[in-house]
Order: sequence, then structure tokens, then C-alpha cells
Amino acid sequence: MALRRDWVYENNGGTCVAIAGSDYCVIAADTRLSVGYSIYTREFSKICNLADKCVLATSGFQGDMKALQKNLAARHLIYQHQHNKQMSCPAMAQLLSNTLYYKRFFPYYTFNILGGLDSNGKGCVFTYDAVGSYERVGYSAQGTGAGLIIPVLDNQLKSPSPLLLPAKDAVTPLSEAEAVDLVKDVFASATERDIYTGDKVEIVVINASGIRQELMELRKD
Amino acid sequence: MFRNQYDTDVTTWSPAGRLFQVEYAMEAVKQGAAAVGLRSTSHVVLATVNKAASDLSSHQRKVFKIDDHIGVAIAGLTADGRVLSRYLRNECINHAFVYESPLPVSRLVVRLADKAQVCTQRSWKRPFGVGLLVAGLDETGAHLYYNCPSGSYFEYQAFAIGSRSQAAKTFLERRFESFNTYSRDELIKDAIFAIKETLQGDKLTSSICTVAIVGQDEAFHMIDQKVIEEIINSMEIKEDAPADQAPLQEEDKGSEEAPMDI
Repeated sequence: MALRRDWVYENNGGTCVAIAGSDYCVIAADTRLSVGYSIYTREFSKICNLADKCVLATSGFQGDMKALQKNLAARHLIYQHQHNKQMSCPAMAQLLSNTLYYKRFFPYYTFNILGGLDSNGKGCVFTYDAVGSYERVGYSAQGTGAGLIIPVLDNQLKSPSPLLLPAKDAVTPLSEAEAVDLVKDVFASATERDIYTGDKVEIVVINASGIRQELMELRKD
Repeated sequence: MFRNQYDTDVTTWSPAGRLFQVEYAMEAVKQGAAAVGLRSTSHVVLATVNKAASDLSSHQRKVFKIDDHIGVAIAGLTADGRVLSRYLRNECINHAFVYESPLPVSRLVVRLADKAQVCTQRSWKRPFGVGLLVAGLDETGAHLYYNCPSGSYFEYQAFAIGSRSQAAKTFLERRFESFNTYSRDELIKDAIFAIKETLQGDKLTSSICTVAIVGQDEAFHMIDQKVIEEIINSMEIKEDAPADQAPLQEEDKGSEEAPMDI
């Protein structure tokens, strides 16, 4: 078997979660940056405030994450100059999808969740794969701990199937405080079994009054 | 300035060593509505006279935010000004992307000047018909530059461009030595005063002028109309010094201004 010398990616681990509510959105990501069985740093933010009502959380290869965040932030600045207003979350969602697909044949090794408020003030969460396929959902998790978290969210948030007709609201009836508590619980659980998730979780809440951030300690092992 | 046989092409020199097309472009700047800029050690203020093409239309935008730390005011062909603002914004964004820091003002004006110079040395182009007052703050302090269509630029403590700007310049010449010690509010007040000088008799109202400021702790932004209103009302309307008569050769006001000029 020939030795492959062209692998340019690295998985830095980590987990991201987002939950959409009727008038809020919670986005959370752990702060551990790892490679292999080592930890690079315990205090690395995977969350980027792209706009007033739009926050991006990314797991995967952090080099690509940084480049993607800078790209989107620059595009947002151009948008603001041209349209004299901030980009809405659905608009940013499409932009992110296009940006990712642009590199379809040399992808950003990133697993993204975009969260925020749509133009009606309702919470929205968009979840992506590495090449830009996206969908608006009521909640999502991406990253190394996603497999441990998604079943729990499915159970708790009772989101109706998108296959059902008539189309039901994707947002959860939970209150903001309950959603934040749920996020803290799922992170604590994922930290137990996923070696790449831990240290701290950064929780960002967007609602009508703005963006609020809090940090919670997690297990360091 | 009169027509002569050396003024058809921008690439033709006159025997006296002048490029008439470039000088005509500077005339276009003089025809535009006035813009003034003032600088202290910590703030830079830009103020412009808003002219509407007619009572039915909206005012032309003459002040553009380029980045959090830089803004410009234009006089002359606003279309050219808009295009150049887009270029300046892109330069700032690209620099910040690569270097994670704001583009220094002096670098920005050089790029702008080089872009203007190109149009003075190509037979298939024309010079930009707009003068820009570039106001910005960077690590080296507060700066005010004037970029003209010829591709040259100078740094100023205070300057005025556009029609009837000589009156404002005279006003500023009397006071500029103390600008460095001015507070933020004094600077804004003097900018509005300078604009008032260019109106020479027309009533100064908050709807007719736009004021923008950038400072060490203040991103570039336009000042609210209400605040300008208050400042105008508090200004004493006594003629403390008569506005000097603009020397007529300088202000070559045509009987009508071409629609694209502002």
C-alpha cells in the first residue's frame, strides 16, 4: 500500500449544538481543540458572530473553520456596504451553502451549524454537511459528539417529522431557560464518553434583546 | 480656461507642460456642492452640503463609510465617487482579511492616487471627475487627506472642496492652528460653521448638510439630523466675521450645472 502524502486535513474534534425556539436561538460549542490523542488548547472558541442575528458554530478542521469564518465575515461587510443593513439569517444560510459548494472539489473540512433569528424574529437553525447541503431544522448537533447528542435531542424536543403533512413548525415549544439547561445536560453527557469533547462549553443565546454569551465548565479528562 | 488645440486628449501635453483634460477634471470637482473636513489629534469631522437635483428628488449621498476607521466625502461626479468608494471598501476588507488589522489611511490614499493616475495616462480612459476628502484614524493618529483627479494627494489639518469652498477655506485658515486642541464637539461645530460659510446667505438647516465623524473610540458614522439641528439652533447667528468674497476666477460657476454633477 503506497504511502499517501497529500492528506492536508486534520480533525480537531469538538461538538456543536443548536436549538431553535419561538423567539430565541441557542447555539453552543465546546472549547477543546485536539489532534489525535493530544489536546492543543482547552480554550478555543468555535463560535463566530457573523451578524446581529446570526451565529455560526463549526466543528472539524479549525484551519478551514478560521478561513471560512473570515470569508463570511468579509462577505457580510460587503453586503452591509451595498444594502445598508445586516444580513438576515436565511440569507447568510444560503451564502454559507454557496461558499461551501464553491470548494466542492477541495472542501472546507467543516461541519457547520448556523443559528439565529429569521426576519420574523423566530429562532432558526440551519445544519450543513462539508460541501454545503443544508436544511432548516428545529435543532441540530455536529461534530465528534453529535452521535451521542442527537438521539437525546430527538427524544426531548419531540420535533415532528418533516415528512408529515401539513408541515408542522420546526421550533421547539421549550422556553429559553429550559433550552439552555438541555444544552448543558447534553454537553455534560457527551463529555463523559467522547474524548474530543470537554473542558468548557460556550453557550450563545440570541433573542430580541441581542446576543448573550455564557461559559460552563465541563470535565477536563 | 479656454478651449485650445491641446485639450482633446488626456495623453496630449500642452507646450506649457499642462494636461488640460486633467485640469478640466479638477474643474468638475469645483462645480460640485461643497464638502469640508477638519482634524484634531483624536477626531476627524467631514461635513457636506446636500443638494437635491430638484425638489422632487432625494439628496445625493456625498459621504461614504469606507471602514470603521475611514470615511470619505466627495465633490464632483457622484457616480465616480460611488465607484471609488466601492474600490476603497474592497481594499480595506482585503487588507483586514490578510493582516487582521485596519488598513492605515496613508496606504489607502496612495492606492487611490495611483488608481487616479492611471486614468491620466491612458488614451482610452478619462480622469475621475471627483475629489475625495479621506478622513481616517490609524495607529499614527488622525488624518485628513485630499485626493484629486490628477492623482496627487495632500494631508491637511482642514480643507474644503467644491463650489464656494473658498469661503470655507478662509474661515478654516483663520482657526486651524487651534484645531489640534479642539474637543470633539467644538470640531463638529466648526465644521458646520464652515459649511455655513459656503452657503453664503442661504439658510443653514439640518436637512441641507450631512456631518460625519470618526474618532479613537468612535467608528466612522453620520451624525444624527436631530443633533445637527440642535447645534445649528445653539449657534449664534451673528456675523462674527464677514465671509470673504470668493475670488471670481476660482469659482467658475456655469449657468447650469450638468445633471451628473453635484
